[in-house]
Amino acid sequence: MSDQPFQFDAARFINTLTKNGHNRLIGAQYHAHGDDWCELAIPYNPELVSDSATGILASGPIFTLMDMATSLSIWLKTGTIQPQATLDLRIDYLRPAKPGQTVIGHGECYHITRSIAFIRGHAHDGDPEKPIAHVAGTYFFTAS
Amino acid sequence: MTRISPYAKTMGFISDRDDQGRLIISMPFGDGVLGRPGFVHGGALAGLLETVAYQTLADALGEDDQPVLKPVNMTATYMRGALATTTHARATIERLGKRIANIEAVAWQEDPEKPVAIAQINVMLDRSGR
Repeated sequence: MSDQPFQFDAARFINTLTKNGHNRLIGAQYHAHGDDWCELAIPYNPELVSDSATGILASGPIFTLMDMATSLSIWLKTGTIQPQATLDLRIDYLRPAKPGQTVIGHGECYHITRSIAFIRGHAHDGDPEKPIAHVAGTYFFTAS
Repeated sequence: MTRISPYAKTMGFISDRDDQGRLIISMPFGDGVLGRPGFVHGGALAGLLETVAYQTLADALGEDDQPVLKPVNMTATYMRGALATTTHARATIERLGKRIANIEAVAWQEDPEKPVAIAQINVMLDRSGR
């Protein structure tokens, strides 16, 4: 028996989650994380564009990326994996992602109550100073 | 008018009309739309709501008026867990202006009276010629 305290391996856990279901379909991958934030990446994929003529990534995958990144930020902040559901999520599309660029989604949980987690985040396509989208939303803990 | 985007094709969206001629887009359940075990991913629902909103808007504008449709923002509200079955969605254009369209989209599974998610979507209609 080891007396080492249990270390939650966020990167490994997130990489497992992204290997399944809709996250796999959009190609989401672990990028980075901190105490209350998480970053995921989606490499460019022509099968996810809104119009073949422009090659611009559809907004659906960006919404999924932000839902996933903000959702994970709550688990990182609380340090527990408790069941939660998105209550609402608002996304502002500041500009289109450049065709061919990987999109990074940064999600942060900035406040938690007994029942509700408040999140915000942004996405960029290479330069964090030039975001392509901002999000804000809430999740509720389904078991509370 | 049918303009299936590569994204819509990847998602397996199917277009149909209800008995009043309104556009309905359906998303079959499968691993590609799965979120937490047994439920549809909220992001897949958002993609479905957005797709039906844009297609409904393109239909309303018609063949002769095709401005570039630029997403401004969208707020999705989730009302029930969407289960492992087909999800349907339709959209209502609340206002179609010269430069902005305000659209509401709703998604349901078995019963249209019990939506799983709704969205308010604002779109810019760009006629500047690019």
